[in-house]
Amino acid sequence: MDSQIALILIEDGIASGAIYALLALTMVLVFATTRILLVSQGEFVTFAALSFASFQLGVTPQIVWLLGALAVIVSVWDSVDALREGLGRRIPSILAFNLLLPAAVIALSLWAAPLKPPVLVQAALSVAIVTVLGPLVYRVAFQPVASSSVRTLFVIAIALHFVLQGFGLLFFGAEGFRADPLLDIDISLGPVLIKGQAILSLATLAVLTAGLYAFFEFTLLGKALRATAINRVGARIVGIRTPLAGKMAFALSAFVGGVSGILAIGSTTIYYDSGFLIGLKAVLGAICGAMLSYPIAIAGSIGVGVLEALAAFWASAFTEAVVFSALVPVLLWLSLYAAPTEEGHEL
Amino acid sequence: MRLRGLLIIAALIIAASLFLPPFYITLANYVGLASIVVLGLVLLGGAGGLMSFGQAAFVGLAAYATAYLTLSYGLSPWLTLPVGLVLTGILAYVLGALTLRLTGHYLPIGTLAWSISIYYVFANVPALGKHDGLADIPGLSLFGLQLNSGRGFFYLIWAVVLLAVVSIENILDSRFGRAVRSGGRTTPMAEALGVDTARVSMAIFVYAALLAAVSGWLYAHFLRFVNPTPFGLSASIEYFFMTVIGGATSTWGAIVGAVFYIIGKQWLQTLIPALTGRVGQLDVIVFGLIIVGILHYARQGMVPFVLQWMPRRRPRDVDTNAEPLRRRAQPQAGTELLRVANVEKRFGGLAAVNGVSFDIRAGEIVALIGPNGAGKTTMFNLITGVAPQTAGEVSFCGQSLRGRRSRQVLQQGVARTFQHALLRPHMSVLENVALGAHTRGRSGIARAALRLDRREERQLLGEARRQLERVGLGDVMHVQADSLPLGKQRVVEIARALAADPLLLLLDEPAAGLRYEEKVSLAKLLTGLRAEGMTLLLVEHDMEFVMNLVDRLVVMDFGEKIAEGRPDEVQANPRVIEAYLGGVDECLPLKRAG
Repeated sequence: MDSQIALILIEDGIASGAIYALLALTMVLVFATTRILLVSQGEFVTFAALSFASFQLGVTPQIVWLLGALAVIVSVWDSVDALREGLGRRIPSILAFNLLLPAAVIALSLWAAPLKPPVLVQAALSVAIVTVLGPLVYRVAFQPVASSSVRTLFVIAIALHFVLQGFGLLFFGAEGFRADPLLDIDISLGPVLIKGQAILSLATLAVLTAGLYAFFEFTLLGKALRATAINRVGARIVGIRTPLAGKMAFALSAFVGGVSGILAIGSTTIYYDSGFLIGLKAVLGAICGAMLSYPIAIAGSIGVGVLEALAAFWASAFTEAVVFSALVPVLLWLSLYAAPTEEGHEL
Repeated sequence: MRLRGLLIIAALIIAASLFLPPFYITLANYVGLASIVVLGLVLLGGAGGLMSFGQAAFVGLAAYATAYLTLSYGLSPWLTLPVGLVLTGILAYVLGALTLRLTGHYLPIGTLAWSISIYYVFANVPALGKHDGLADIPGLSLFGLQLNSGRGFFYLIWAVVLLAVVSIENILDSRFGRAVRSGGRTTPMAEALGVDTARVSMAIFVYAALLAAVSGWLYAHFLRFVNPTPFGLSASIEYFFMTVIGGATSTWGAIVGAVFYIIGKQWLQTLIPALTGRVGQLDVIVFGLIIVGILHYARQGMVPFVLQWMPRRRPRDVDTNAEPLRRRAQPQAGTELLRVANVEKRFGGLAAVNGVSFDIRAGEIVALIGPNGAGKTTMFNLITGVAPQTAGEVSFCGQSLRGRRSRQVLQQGVARTFQHALLRPHMSVLENVALGAHTRGRSGIARAALRLDRREERQLLGEARRQLERVGLGDVMHVQADSLPLGKQRVVEIARALAADPLLLLLDEPAAGLRYEEKVSLAKLLTGLRAEGMTLLLVEHDMEFVMNLVDRLVVMDFGEKIAEGRPDEVQANPRVIEAYLGGVDECLPLKRAG
């Protein structure tokens, strides 16, 4: 391997690592606010990517019907709850968020798909579908048991992976899709040819990281999420509605997953089950920072991407085996240097 | 009675084999193979609180090991079984060593990653047949009898299932089993009772992996074909789901979960294509939803959910004639037992304990008192090794306790109770107290599984019963611990600490939450203990209780010792009055201080 190939591999690795980093960021965020290790975030990646592929074919992605069904279920559920608690005045806002918003996205998708709108509009619609889906999923799967142990929540996240992947197969079929890169230019930089897709991934990572930083630092909602992350009970006492924080975290998680999906399908073929492995690689990145540190999660994810690219070059059949075995040294390091204190917590 | 249950089940299995058509025999074999794996998960998760998403990979490791060795080297399957077991055991040990030290989600993530890695290894190594796998694996012969048919394997597989059930029930009903159920690293209690939690976790993790390996070996010779698919991550997740469905806290739940899942899957895979016209693994949606539903509405799973409506099994009597356990020699009254010298504990900039010194002599009752936040419980934690001190020295019987963990401190002869009673809620009172005697036995997982621990077990339970009778709770020993009122739970904690045969007993607010009569009998109990030569150190807020009971008091305030002496001396000490009563304006009655 000469330096030319090494540079190309590292560039590829950084490009896919940027996608893992995006996901890892939101994984840490979701874990902090809800204590859910959302291994099924990858399904949002798949859903957005395959929706995007459907739009490119001029077809409405069938996943909107899952969105519709969940919207109805959650609207009814929340309205009944509100009435029982004598909070009927909340119903309009419940319906606005849980019924009208999804309905608008569904209607737009149905209307726009046959018209083959510009690529950016297709991408935006695909991301919108999953972003609206995220909080509904949280509402149904996690909110009723939000105070359970980390373990229980983890098992639910795994079960959710089964359910969502099954729906992925149902609505998109077993066939894989690939879309044209959003930014189809190559820039020559001395000996290196930088692909537009790589620039786009890194730029997205930079913009979204900055955006998340601003959100948490300068907005009330962001501060509420941070407060929930630091102390759930305390946050509730000062009047932050923790279900709202959970839904916000899931909306962000789904949004970022969706964006990653659009980026990913530009450079690789996506199947109904591709998202799970992508998500797990992001988990590896996030674990490097012990699910706590955002910067280490980003660095770890980019490391995962580079390792993957190198492994694919040397032993392509064993790429996944190599990538997931990389967890071993990480765990070793964590258990030697970052082991949690003796006084454990009832998990 | 247990034997009768097993005989009934064995009879049922034989009867089933005679009447079931071949298709169902095959299905029953798959159920049996899965049950063996799931039983390991019951021990691991339901009892030990650990989660593994890597069991299918252990199954695959043993299956591929035997397939490769029998095909390439013509080894007998009976030779490849130990090879597979050793290989699996080593890998499980390494994985466990990497993840078990870390809390919560690292074991599931670690096993998950390992599951994915090994799958791609199976699927890409040419010698293992890549994605096509290995075919024509020999069948098994047992005592010259060829097990070619499904029916022959049916007996073998279900015999193994029964053995696994018996071994796990034996393990759970033992000294080691109580340690497994002691909550491990999630609570400071287990280590404080002398349980080596890391070792216990490792033992059950390896045992669960070995069960999976046996299942994999049987699988390879039953099917006579292996390929990577049944050993991937999805399969591991499915084993886990069977555990959740059947009920992770019940051995029979493992089998019920496997039956439900495998038959349900079979049924769905014919039903869904008929309904939707689509092929593919859509059954995962249904099972995923079932799991979410179970975790929302019936978290304990099917078998425990049903069992809660059934009459409880009558608890076994405790043999009162068991030979008593050996006791430590109590030190001569008046010799120095515990010495605390200039001990300091800082949390960041806050000094919770600041340069405190005192000592305790054998045969006395000393109380550590002080207003809330004075650092009394922190002092307890420093003495018992639950938390390390920042500076200073604690020594017991002349030996420094520096760097000792709570388990080792207990072995030296210092037992304690906790401020908020920490009993294992779902274990009986007797079992909770027997857990206290953990360090006085030595039987581990193997002796427990083989029932070689019965003599020691009788001694331990006998000791637990004696201690319960000593504190006056002999009549509730078979009651589940969390059904006792809080006051009695505290007394159970004292019995549990006594079961460790300590030289020094540390009691953290023993009288809190007790009614007047209970306090009187507690005081009587403690004086009785002193008369037998026991030394006691207690933290207490109830001044009336303390003043009538103790020989000496150490008073702390804001992390510092402000006074020490006989009750009457301390009561007259101006600094103590100042600390408790504050300024002249806020006059609180002494008894309610704190």
